[in-house]
Amino acid sequence: MQFLPNVIFVALLGGAIFWFSKNVGRIRRNILLGRDVDRSDNASGRRANMLRVAFGQSKMQARPIAGFLHFIIYASFLIINIEVLEIIIDGIFGTHRYFAHFLGSAYDVIISFFEILAVATIVTVVIFWWRRNIGKLDRFHKPEMEGWPFKDANIILYIEVALMFALLNMNAVEENFTSSEHSFIVSHSIAPLWSGLSDSGLHLMERFFWWIHIAGILAFLNYLPFSKHFHIILAFPNTYYANLEAKGRFANNSTVTKEVKLMMDPTADPFAAPPSDGPIEKFGAKDAMDLSWVNLLNAYTCTECGRCTSECPANLTGKKLSPRKIMMDTRDRIDEIGKNIETNGEFKEDGKTLLGDYITQEELWACTSCNACVQACPVDIDPLNIIMQLRNFATMEESSAPAELNAMMTNVENNGAPWPFSQMDRANWINE
Amino acid sequence: MTTFSVPTLAQMNASGQAPEVLFWVGCAGSFDDRAKKITKAMAKILHHCGVSFAVLGTEEGCTGDPAKRAGNEFLFQMQAMMNIEVLNGYGVKHIVTTCPHCFNTLKNEYPELGGEYKVEHHSQFLNGLLKEGRLKVEGGQFRGKKITFHDPCYLGRANDEYEAPRALLEKLDVELKEMRRCKQNGLCCGAGGAQMFKEAEKGDAEINHVRADEALETKAEIVVAGCPFCNTMLTDGVKNREKEEEVQVLDLAEMIALAEDL
Repeated sequence: MQFLPNVIFVALLGGAIFWFSKNVGRIRRNILLGRDVDRSDNASGRRANMLRVAFGQSKMQARPIAGFLHFIIYASFLIINIEVLEIIIDGIFGTHRYFAHFLGSAYDVIISFFEILAVATIVTVVIFWWRRNIGKLDRFHKPEMEGWPFKDANIILYIEVALMFALLNMNAVEENFTSSEHSFIVSHSIAPLWSGLSDSGLHLMERFFWWIHIAGILAFLNYLPFSKHFHIILAFPNTYYANLEAKGRFANNSTVTKEVKLMMDPTADPFAAPPSDGPIEKFGAKDAMDLSWVNLLNAYTCTECGRCTSECPANLTGKKLSPRKIMMDTRDRIDEIGKNIETNGEFKEDGKTLLGDYITQEELWACTSCNACVQACPVDIDPLNIIMQLRNFATMEESSAPAELNAMMTNVENNGAPWPFSQMDRANWINE
Repeated sequence: MTTFSVPTLAQMNASGQAPEVLFWVGCAGSFDDRAKKITKAMAKILHHCGVSFAVLGTEEGCTGDPAKRAGNEFLFQMQAMMNIEVLNGYGVKHIVTTCPHCFNTLKNEYPELGGEYKVEHHSQFLNGLLKEGRLKVEGGQFRGKKITFHDPCYLGRANDEYEAPRALLEKLDVELKEMRRCKQNGLCCGAGGAQMFKEAEKGDAEINHVRADEALETKAEIVVAGCPFCNTMLTDGVKNREKEEEVQVLDLAEMIALAEDL
């Protein structure tokens, strides 16, 4: 019986890691349903981008207040999690404050620093909660944020506060032990709250907070794959695999290149049968699986902050387009496809598609391709790339582009300009 | 217009000459009455600086940018291949254009299709002339005037060029007052992504009106653009706010040509 807590702990830890890995594997599978695209080049540039944008949070700082507050939570998360390592060692081996043996008096200084970060986190979370629920920041109350996304954001804040309270109270209770060897800066001041308890009561409460804290962390870990908060993990691969080329460069479709070259080749046999190997190529994307795996990685990385939408000229002027909704729709659709595959063994036609059932043509055609959303995203998500692939499908496969654009394209095709002027008049300005 | 001749590449080629740079005029620059003034201003500056240049004239065709942004990759690549055949046929190495959309497409999307050139937006090319000492700019009529600059999306965010236009404006001794949203955060004029050629979707405002408001907020006398489409959109926006009497919308090239009395 002596080892029961250790056994329970190991079972809890193992179970948590197992479920988390299973769900990460599910997301990985969903991402890899996407079309292949090569992002294996320029490893050093990619590492540098990841360090700067994800680790260094460079793009978060475009909005200094939110950037600073976010940095506090981010730094606390990274640093306080060092203590989780100690908790895991203590849990498995039944030790108590394992690191204290090595660190001596430095241990109290370090944990005191962690406690200060914990307080800073609580204060920051309260500010974030206020911004979201009372401050009525416009971007947190767009249509796509109704329901689960809004709840999700608050749940994350509540869990973070609960974890920090458990940590501080655990330390505070312990300081009241007759055998107490430690005193930390913040918990020292709240220790008197627990001074009325008997020594056995104190030990019980200390264990209670210890278990609440670690169980809370493991529960939070397993909440991540179902939440927008998964960005804390995917921000790193997402910035690594981000597009590092000029934002204005839109990829050329190589299938089209082949066809156009064939069309322009005077020696090509016009009656030659098309090569029959492989499936018929589809132009552009209609459903989430037609997008690239980078687009899908983007979708799972999105934490729905809405900076993209708040910079989007179409959204700013009341149009239905919201780049954040493009990302959320893509994620929801590929998630649905993933579930479909789990249920049926392979994807079974469900009569739905990303373009049409999730994203409407009205949203699609409101985009000015200005790249403001791409610029605004703190983790290098590219909603514009998805919009353009959907437009490719709408125009080339469905011919459903707005009539005025069809007229424009007819002009380009007939007279080499988007307006109906003769190409022969192109140099008239010289003599006017 | 001209007191000097603007040769086409075909003419130059026939006489065995090759220009220093090809001036890619673009569709707006060729056909739009407002944009033609920008084209002429640019030609005057090039001539004034003694740059040997030519245009493609009737051999130029749309780069395919609006087709690609409207989703028609086929039409884009058709246009691109035809243009590349012409450009490579003449052995073009260096291109300057007053349109950021042409600039972006030629620079970023043509190389993969076989068209590799040094491509510059006119703000970059003119800066080069300044550095070489071939273009000398003094404030002239603009000295001390309050102006604001609208970053074209396809020059700024799309290609990370924010300084070249500002360096030119600095030479004009103007007082540059930045808009609330500028450089990386600049607000689109509303014309990109083929929006120029269609009505906007239903909303509660027009993008160009909002952008014009931001420009007017600076109390600038001149709104400077670096793109013929932005120019049209902002001119319309300023008119919509009934400020066209007080506030002018001018291209960078026009500013320089006017300052130098060209």
